[in-house]
Amino acid sequence: MQVFKLIADRLVIDVFRMSPSSHWGGSLHFFIEDTLKIFVMVVFMIYAVGVLRAGMNLTNIRQRIEKMPKVLAYPLSAIFGAITPFCSCSSIPFFLGFTQAGIPAGITFSFLITSPLINEVALILLSGILGIKFTLIYVSMGLLTGIIGGFLFDLLKADHHLQELTLKVKKQKESSAPSTPSISPSLSLKERHLFALNEVRDILKRISKWILIGVALGALLHGLVPQEWIAQNLGNKSGWSVPGAVLLGIPLYSNASGMVPIVETLMAKGLPVGTAMALMMSTVGASFPEFLMLKQVVKPRILVYLFVYFLISFTLLGWLLNLVF
Amino acid sequence: MKKIQVLGGGCARCDVLSQETIKAAESLGLSYELEKITDYAEIAKFGIMSTPALVIDGTVVFSGQVLKSDEIKKFLVQL
Repeated sequence: MQVFKLIADRLVIDVFRMSPSSHWGGSLHFFIEDTLKIFVMVVFMIYAVGVLRAGMNLTNIRQRIEKMPKVLAYPLSAIFGAITPFCSCSSIPFFLGFTQAGIPAGITFSFLITSPLINEVALILLSGILGIKFTLIYVSMGLLTGIIGGFLFDLLKADHHLQELTLKVKKQKESSAPSTPSISPSLSLKERHLFALNEVRDILKRISKWILIGVALGALLHGLVPQEWIAQNLGNKSGWSVPGAVLLGIPLYSNASGMVPIVETLMAKGLPVGTAMALMMSTVGASFPEFLMLKQVVKPRILVYLFVYFLISFTLLGWLLNLVF
Repeated sequence: MKKIQVLGGGCARCDVLSQETIKAAESLGLSYELEKITDYAEIAKFGIMSTPALVIDGTVVFSGQVLKSDEIKKFLVQL
Protein backbone atom coordinates (compact mmCIF):
# COMPACT_ATOMS: atom_id res chain seq x y z
CA MET A 1 0.00 0.00 0.00
CA GLN A 2 2.85 2.32 0.86
CA VAL A 3 4.26 1.93 -2.62
CA PHE A 4 1.41 4.01 -4.08
CA LYS A 5 2.09 6.85 -1.66
CA LEU A 6 5.78 6.72 -2.53
CA ILE A 7 5.11 6.82 -6.27
CA ALA A 8 2.79 9.76 -5.74
CA ASP A 9 5.43 11.48 -3.61
CA ARG A 10 8.06 11.11 -6.34
CA LEU A 11 5.74 12.34 -9.08
CA VAL A 12 4.38 15.32 -7.16
CA ILE A 13 7.64 16.50 -5.62
CA ASP A 14 10.19 15.68 -8.31
CA VAL A 15 8.23 15.78 -11.56
CA PHE A 16 5.56 18.39 -10.87
CA ARG A 17 7.66 20.24 -8.30
CA MET A 18 4.84 20.82 -5.84
CA SER A 19 4.57 20.23 -2.16
CA PRO A 20 2.11 17.55 -1.03
CA SER A 21 1.09 19.75 1.84
CA SER A 22 -0.02 22.62 -0.38
CA HIS A 23 -3.63 22.79 -1.59
CA TRP A 24 -3.04 21.89 -5.24
CA GLY A 25 -0.07 19.67 -4.44
CA GLY A 26 -2.23 17.82 -1.96
CA SER A 27 -5.00 17.35 -4.50
CA LEU A 28 -2.59 16.08 -7.11
CA HIS A 29 -0.96 13.72 -4.67
CA PHE A 30 -4.33 12.32 -3.65
CA PHE A 31 -5.32 11.94 -7.31
CA ILE A 32 -2.19 10.01 -8.27
CA GLU A 33 -2.04 7.83 -5.20
CA ASP A 34 -5.72 6.93 -5.17
CA THR A 35 -5.97 6.31 -8.90
CA LEU A 36 -3.04 3.90 -8.83
CA LYS A 37 -4.26 2.17 -5.70
CA ILE A 38 -7.77 1.76 -7.00
CA PHE A 39 -6.82 0.49 -10.44
CA VAL A 40 -4.44 -2.11 -9.08
CA MET A 41 -6.89 -3.38 -6.47
CA VAL A 42 -9.76 -3.39 -8.92
CA VAL A 43 -7.91 -5.36 -11.58
CA PHE A 44 -6.82 -7.93 -9.03
CA MET A 45 -10.28 -8.30 -7.57
CA ILE A 46 -12.17 -8.52 -10.86
CA TYR A 47 -9.76 -11.18 -12.08
CA ALA A 48 -9.95 -13.25 -8.89
CA VAL A 49 -13.73 -13.14 -8.73
CA GLY A 50 -13.94 -13.73 -12.48
CA VAL A 51 -12.05 -16.99 -12.12
CA LEU A 52 -14.41 -18.09 -9.38
CA ARG A 53 -17.55 -16.90 -11.10
CA ALA A 54 -16.84 -18.30 -14.58
CA GLY A 55 -19.50 -20.79 -15.59
CA MET A 56 -22.13 -19.48 -13.23
CA ASN A 57 -25.07 -18.38 -15.27
CA LEU A 58 -28.41 -16.83 -14.54
CA THR A 59 -30.37 -19.81 -15.84
CA ASN A 60 -28.87 -22.08 -13.19
CA ILE A 61 -29.37 -19.43 -10.54
CA ARG A 62 -32.96 -18.95 -11.56
CA GLN A 63 -33.60 -22.70 -11.42
CA ARG A 64 -32.28 -22.86 -7.87
CA ILE A 65 -34.37 -19.95 -6.75
CA GLU A 66 -37.50 -21.38 -8.37
CA LYS A 67 -37.16 -24.53 -6.30
CA MET A 68 -36.69 -22.79 -2.95
CA PRO A 69 -39.46 -22.31 -0.45
CA LYS A 70 -40.32 -18.62 -0.28
CA VAL A 71 -38.70 -17.98 3.05
CA LEU A 72 -35.32 -19.08 1.72
CA ALA A 73 -35.80 -17.58 -1.72
CA TYR A 74 -35.42 -13.98 -0.52
CA PRO A 75 -31.99 -14.43 1.08
CA LEU A 76 -30.84 -16.70 -1.74
CA SER A 77 -31.91 -14.21 -4.37
CA ALA A 78 -30.22 -11.40 -2.46
CA ILE A 79 -26.99 -13.39 -2.17
CA PHE A 80 -26.96 -14.32 -5.84
CA GLY A 81 -27.63 -10.69 -6.66
CA ALA A 82 -24.65 -9.68 -4.59
CA ILE A 83 -22.29 -11.98 -6.47
CA THR A 84 -23.65 -11.26 -9.94
CA PRO A 85 -22.26 -8.20 -11.69
CA PHE A 86 -24.79 -5.54 -12.48
CA CYS A 87 -25.42 -3.67 -15.66
CA SER A 88 -28.49 -1.48 -15.63
CA CYS A 89 -29.17 -2.34 -19.26
CA SER A 90 -29.77 -5.93 -18.15
CA SER A 91 -32.38 -5.00 -15.53
CA ILE A 92 -35.22 -5.42 -17.98
CA PRO A 93 -34.27 -8.78 -19.53
CA PHE A 94 -33.41 -9.99 -16.07
CA PHE A 95 -36.75 -8.96 -14.58
CA LEU A 96 -38.66 -10.45 -17.49
CA GLY A 97 -36.71 -13.70 -17.30
CA PHE A 98 -37.33 -14.23 -13.61
CA THR A 99 -40.97 -13.25 -13.84
CA GLN A 100 -41.52 -15.56 -16.80
CA ALA A 101 -40.36 -18.47 -14.66
CA GLY A 102 -43.08 -17.67 -12.15
CA ILE A 103 -40.81 -16.09 -9.56
CA PRO A 104 -42.67 -13.47 -7.48
CA ALA A 105 -41.67 -9.85 -8.14
CA GLY A 106 -40.42 -9.39 -4.59
CA ILE A 107 -37.86 -12.16 -4.91
CA THR A 108 -36.73 -10.65 -8.19
CA PHE A 109 -36.37 -7.29 -6.46
CA SER A 110 -34.19 -8.81 -3.75
CA PHE A 111 -31.72 -9.64 -6.50
CA LEU A 112 -32.10 -6.27 -8.23
CA ILE A 113 -31.49 -4.37 -5.00
CA THR A 114 -28.32 -6.16 -3.95
CA SER A 115 -26.80 -6.50 -7.40
CA PRO A 116 -25.68 -2.88 -7.87
CA LEU A 117 -24.99 -2.39 -4.16
CA ILE A 118 -22.60 -5.24 -3.57
CA ASN A 119 -19.87 -6.12 -5.96
CA GLU A 120 -16.30 -7.25 -5.58
CA VAL A 121 -14.94 -3.92 -6.71
CA ALA A 122 -16.81 -2.00 -4.03
CA LEU A 123 -15.79 -4.48 -1.39
CA ILE A 124 -12.10 -4.48 -2.03
CA LEU A 125 -12.03 -0.70 -2.18
CA LEU A 126 -13.99 -0.39 1.03
CA SER A 127 -11.74 -2.87 2.80
CA GLY A 128 -8.70 -0.90 1.66
CA ILE A 129 -10.09 2.30 3.06
CA LEU A 130 -12.30 1.32 5.96
CA GLY A 131 -11.03 -2.11 6.86
CA ILE A 132 -12.60 -5.55 6.85
CA LYS A 133 -15.00 -4.82 9.71
CA PHE A 134 -16.78 -2.01 7.86
CA THR A 135 -16.76 -3.97 4.64
CA LEU A 136 -18.59 -6.82 6.34
CA ILE A 137 -21.01 -4.32 7.83
CA TYR A 138 -21.62 -2.88 4.36
CA VAL A 139 -22.29 -6.36 2.94
CA SER A 140 -24.72 -7.21 5.74
CA MET A 141 -26.55 -3.93 5.31
CA GLY A 142 -26.79 -4.48 1.58
CA LEU A 143 -28.11 -8.01 1.93
CA LEU A 144 -30.59 -7.00 4.60
CA THR A 145 -31.87 -4.17 2.43
CA GLY A 146 -32.40 -6.64 -0.41
CA ILE A 147 -34.07 -9.35 1.66
CA ILE A 148 -36.43 -7.06 3.52
CA GLY A 149 -37.17 -5.01 0.42
CA GLY A 150 -38.14 -8.08 -1.57
CA PHE A 151 -40.32 -9.36 1.22
CA LEU A 152 -42.08 -6.02 1.55
CA PHE A 153 -42.69 -5.79 -2.18
CA ASP A 154 -44.50 -9.10 -2.19
CA LEU A 155 -46.50 -8.03 0.86
CA LEU A 156 -47.47 -4.95 -1.11
CA LYS A 157 -48.50 -7.28 -3.95
CA ALA A 158 -46.03 -5.95 -6.50
CA ASP A 159 -47.12 -8.72 -8.88
CA HIS A 160 -50.43 -6.94 -9.30
CA HIS A 161 -48.67 -3.92 -10.70
CA LEU A 162 -46.67 -5.22 -13.62
CA GLN A 163 -46.51 -3.42 -16.94
CA GLU A 164 -48.11 -4.73 -20.13
CA LEU A 165 -44.73 -5.83 -21.43
CA THR A 166 -44.13 -8.04 -18.42
CA LEU A 167 -47.60 -9.56 -18.56
CA LYS A 168 -47.17 -10.28 -22.27
CA VAL A 169 -43.81 -11.95 -21.72
CA LYS A 170 -45.19 -13.98 -18.83
CA LYS A 171 -47.70 -15.52 -21.20
CA GLN A 172 -45.15 -16.19 -23.88
CA LYS A 173 -43.10 -19.33 -23.80
CA GLU A 174 -39.36 -19.41 -23.93
CA SER A 175 -38.00 -21.15 -26.98
CA SER A 176 -37.29 -24.78 -26.36
CA ALA A 177 -33.66 -24.44 -27.36
CA PRO A 178 -31.32 -24.44 -24.37
CA SER A 179 -30.91 -20.85 -23.39
CA THR A 180 -27.25 -21.01 -22.59
CA PRO A 181 -24.80 -23.09 -24.55
CA SER A 182 -22.94 -25.99 -23.13
CA ILE A 183 -21.04 -23.93 -20.58
CA SER A 184 -20.73 -26.69 -18.04
CA PRO A 185 -20.21 -25.57 -14.46
CA SER A 186 -16.82 -27.22 -14.33
CA LEU A 187 -14.79 -25.06 -16.65
CA SER A 188 -11.12 -25.73 -17.20
CA LEU A 189 -8.58 -23.41 -15.62
CA LYS A 190 -7.74 -21.95 -18.99
CA GLU A 191 -11.41 -21.21 -19.72
CA ARG A 192 -11.72 -19.55 -16.32
CA HIS A 193 -8.62 -17.50 -16.98
CA LEU A 194 -9.97 -16.33 -20.34
CA PHE A 195 -13.33 -15.48 -18.83
CA ALA A 196 -11.67 -13.56 -16.00
CA LEU A 197 -9.43 -11.64 -18.41
CA ASN A 198 -12.47 -10.69 -20.42
CA GLU A 199 -14.26 -9.54 -17.30
CA VAL A 200 -11.30 -7.36 -16.36
CA ARG A 201 -11.26 -5.76 -19.79
CA ASP A 202 -15.02 -5.34 -19.95
CA ILE A 203 -15.60 -4.05 -16.42
CA LEU A 204 -12.51 -1.83 -16.40
CA LYS A 205 -13.63 -0.18 -19.61
CA ARG A 206 -16.97 0.55 -18.03
CA ILE A 207 -15.81 1.87 -14.70
CA SER A 208 -12.60 3.68 -15.61
CA LYS A 209 -14.31 6.97 -16.14
CA TRP A 210 -16.17 6.66 -12.84
CA ILE A 211 -12.92 5.98 -11.02
CA LEU A 212 -11.21 9.00 -12.56
CA ILE A 213 -14.16 11.32 -11.91
CA GLY A 214 -14.56 10.02 -8.38
CA VAL A 215 -10.90 10.37 -7.57
CA ALA A 216 -10.81 13.84 -9.15
CA LEU A 217 -13.74 14.97 -7.01
CA GLY A 218 -12.18 13.38 -3.96
CA ALA A 219 -8.91 15.10 -4.76
CA LEU A 220 -10.56 18.49 -5.07
CA LEU A 221 -12.39 18.01 -1.81
CA HIS A 222 -9.18 16.83 -0.20
CA GLY A 223 -7.13 19.80 -1.21
CA LEU A 224 -9.63 22.60 -1.26
CA VAL A 225 -12.22 21.99 1.45
CA PRO A 226 -10.96 23.05 4.89
CA GLN A 227 -10.65 20.29 7.43
CA GLU A 228 -13.38 21.42 9.77
CA TRP A 229 -16.01 22.68 7.33
CA ILE A 230 -17.63 19.31 6.81
CA ALA A 231 -17.42 18.33 10.45
CA GLN A 232 -19.11 21.57 11.44
CA ASN A 233 -21.83 21.65 8.82
CA LEU A 234 -22.59 18.02 8.11
CA GLY A 235 -21.28 16.37 11.22
CA ASN A 236 -24.55 16.04 13.10
CA LYS A 237 -24.84 12.30 13.54
CA SER A 238 -28.54 12.14 14.19
CA GLY A 239 -29.70 15.05 12.15
CA TRP A 240 -31.12 15.69 8.74
CA SER A 241 -27.82 15.28 6.97
CA VAL A 242 -28.39 11.52 6.80
CA PRO A 243 -31.72 11.60 4.94
CA GLY A 244 -30.33 14.57 3.05
CA ALA A 245 -27.42 12.45 1.88
CA VAL A 246 -29.83 9.70 0.81
CA LEU A 247 -32.05 12.13 -1.09
CA LEU A 248 -28.98 13.40 -2.88
CA GLY A 249 -27.67 9.93 -3.60
CA ILE A 250 -30.74 8.19 -4.96
CA PRO A 251 -31.07 10.03 -8.28
CA LEU A 252 -27.34 10.31 -8.75
CA TYR A 253 -25.39 7.45 -10.07
CA SER A 254 -21.83 6.52 -9.58
CA ASN A 255 -20.18 3.21 -9.79
CA ALA A 256 -18.97 2.05 -6.40
CA SER A 257 -15.37 2.49 -7.42
CA GLY A 258 -15.97 6.15 -8.09
CA MET A 259 -17.78 6.74 -4.80
CA VAL A 260 -15.12 5.27 -2.56
CA PRO A 261 -12.52 8.03 -3.01
CA ILE A 262 -15.21 10.64 -2.44
CA VAL A 263 -16.45 8.93 0.70
CA GLU A 264 -12.86 8.48 1.85
CA THR A 265 -12.19 12.20 1.64
CA LEU A 266 -15.47 13.24 3.20
CA MET A 267 -14.86 10.99 6.16
CA ALA A 268 -11.33 12.27 6.57
CA LYS A 269 -12.81 15.76 6.70
CA GLY A 270 -15.20 14.82 9.44
CA LEU A 271 -18.28 13.31 7.83
CA PRO A 272 -19.67 10.67 10.22
CA VAL A 273 -19.39 7.09 8.98
CA GLY A 274 -23.16 6.48 8.94
CA THR A 275 -23.81 9.56 6.84
CA ALA A 276 -21.03 8.56 4.48
CA MET A 277 -22.37 5.02 4.12
CA ALA A 278 -25.90 6.33 3.56
CA LEU A 279 -24.59 8.54 0.78
CA MET A 280 -22.62 5.70 -0.77
CA MET A 281 -25.40 3.14 -0.63
CA SER A 282 -28.01 5.48 -2.06
CA THR A 283 -25.74 6.66 -4.87
CA VAL A 284 -24.53 3.20 -5.83
CA GLY A 285 -27.74 1.31 -5.19
CA ALA A 286 -30.29 3.46 -6.94
CA SER A 287 -30.25 5.77 -9.91
CA PHE A 288 -32.54 7.74 -12.12
CA PRO A 289 -31.61 5.75 -15.26
CA GLU A 290 -32.31 2.51 -13.46
CA PHE A 291 -35.72 3.74 -12.37
CA LEU A 292 -36.46 4.69 -15.96
CA MET A 293 -35.59 1.16 -17.06
CA LEU A 294 -37.72 -0.45 -14.38
CA LYS A 295 -40.66 1.72 -15.38
CA GLN A 296 -40.89 -0.44 -18.49
CA VAL A 297 -41.53 -3.58 -16.47
CA VAL A 298 -43.37 -2.41 -13.36
CA LYS A 299 -46.01 0.26 -12.90
CA PRO A 300 -44.94 3.65 -11.45
CA ARG A 301 -46.52 2.88 -8.07
CA ILE A 302 -43.88 0.19 -7.51
CA LEU A 303 -41.15 2.69 -8.30
CA VAL A 304 -42.59 5.04 -5.70
CA TYR A 305 -42.49 2.18 -3.19
CA LEU A 306 -38.90 1.51 -4.19
CA PHE A 307 -37.89 5.15 -3.75
CA VAL A 308 -39.56 5.43 -0.36
CA TYR A 309 -38.08 2.11 0.71
CA PHE A 310 -34.56 3.21 -0.19
CA LEU A 311 -35.07 6.55 1.55
CA ILE A 312 -36.23 4.95 4.77
CA SER A 313 -33.87 1.98 4.86
CA PHE A 314 -30.68 3.86 3.98
CA THR A 315 -31.55 6.65 6.41
CA LEU A 316 -32.19 4.20 9.21
CA LEU A 317 -28.98 2.33 8.45
CA GLY A 318 -27.07 5.61 8.39
CA TRP A 319 -28.47 6.72 11.74
CA LEU A 320 -27.81 3.28 13.20
CA LEU A 321 -24.17 3.32 12.11
CA ASN A 322 -23.76 6.85 13.46
CA LEU A 323 -25.19 5.69 16.76
CA VAL A 324 -22.92 2.68 17.07
CA PHE A 325 -19.69 4.22 15.79
CA MET B 1 -25.84 -18.00 -45.09
CA LYS B 2 -25.38 -17.48 -41.39
CA LYS B 3 -28.11 -15.73 -39.49
CA ILE B 4 -26.55 -13.69 -36.70
CA GLN B 5 -28.60 -11.87 -34.13
CA VAL B 6 -27.31 -9.41 -31.53
CA LEU B 7 -29.72 -9.05 -28.64
CA GLY B 8 -29.62 -5.90 -26.55
CA GLY B 9 -31.64 -2.93 -25.45
CA GLY B 10 -29.45 -0.41 -27.20
CA CYS B 11 -26.73 0.45 -24.73
CA ALA B 12 -23.12 1.07 -25.71
CA ARG B 13 -22.05 -2.49 -25.01
CA CYS B 14 -24.60 -3.86 -27.46
CA ASP B 15 -23.19 -1.62 -30.19
CA VAL B 16 -19.66 -2.78 -29.43
CA LEU B 17 -20.79 -6.40 -29.68
CA SER B 18 -22.39 -5.70 -33.07
CA GLN B 19 -19.22 -4.09 -34.34
CA GLU B 20 -17.00 -6.89 -33.08
CA THR B 21 -19.34 -9.47 -34.62
CA ILE B 22 -19.31 -7.74 -38.00
CA LYS B 23 -15.53 -7.56 -37.83
CA ALA B 24 -15.37 -11.27 -37.07
CA ALA B 25 -17.75 -12.27 -39.84
CA GLU B 26 -16.05 -10.03 -42.38
CA SER B 27 -12.58 -11.29 -41.58
CA LEU B 28 -13.78 -14.85 -42.06
CA GLY B 29 -15.33 -13.89 -45.38
CA LEU B 30 -18.65 -15.38 -44.31
CA SER B 31 -21.91 -14.64 -46.00
CA TYR B 32 -24.13 -13.55 -43.17
CA GLU B 33 -27.17 -11.58 -42.19
CA LEU B 34 -26.94 -9.49 -39.00
CA GLU B 35 -30.04 -8.55 -37.11
CA LYS B 36 -30.12 -6.34 -34.03
CA ILE B 37 -32.97 -7.16 -31.71
CA THR B 38 -33.84 -4.45 -29.23
CA ASP B 39 -37.40 -5.40 -28.39
CA TYR B 40 -37.45 -6.84 -24.88
CA ALA B 41 -40.32 -9.22 -25.53
CA GLU B 42 -38.38 -10.73 -28.43
CA ILE B 43 -35.22 -10.96 -26.33
CA ALA B 44 -37.18 -12.72 -23.60
CA LYS B 45 -38.20 -15.44 -26.08
CA PHE B 46 -34.59 -16.54 -26.26
CA GLY B 47 -34.48 -16.98 -22.50
CA ILE B 48 -31.79 -14.31 -22.23
CA MET B 49 -31.47 -12.62 -18.88
CA SER B 50 -28.43 -10.46 -19.40
CA THR B 51 -27.56 -8.42 -22.41
CA PRO B 52 -25.85 -8.12 -24.76
CA ALA B 53 -26.17 -11.59 -26.22
CA LEU B 54 -25.17 -13.27 -29.45
CA VAL B 55 -27.29 -15.79 -31.34
CA ILE B 56 -25.95 -17.70 -34.35
CA ASP B 57 -28.44 -19.63 -36.49
CA GLY B 58 -30.89 -19.79 -33.62
CA THR B 59 -28.44 -20.94 -30.95
CA VAL B 60 -27.58 -18.62 -28.10
CA VAL B 61 -23.79 -18.50 -28.06
CA PHE B 62 -23.26 -16.31 -25.02
CA SER B 63 -25.02 -13.66 -23.04
CA GLY B 64 -24.07 -10.87 -20.68
CA GLN B 65 -20.64 -10.47 -22.18
CA VAL B 66 -18.94 -8.51 -24.88
CA LEU B 67 -16.35 -10.65 -26.60
CA LYS B 68 -13.77 -9.46 -29.07
CA SER B 69 -13.89 -10.39 -32.73
CA ASP B 70 -11.18 -13.06 -32.30
CA GLU B 71 -13.26 -14.95 -29.78
CA ILE B 72 -16.45 -14.45 -31.78
CA LYS B 73 -14.71 -15.93 -34.81
CA LYS B 74 -14.30 -19.22 -32.95
CA PHE B 75 -18.04 -19.47 -32.48
CA LEU B 76 -18.75 -18.52 -36.07
CA VAL B 77 -16.46 -21.28 -37.26
CA GLN B 78 -17.85 -23.88 -34.84
CA LEU B 79 -21.47 -23.32 -35.71
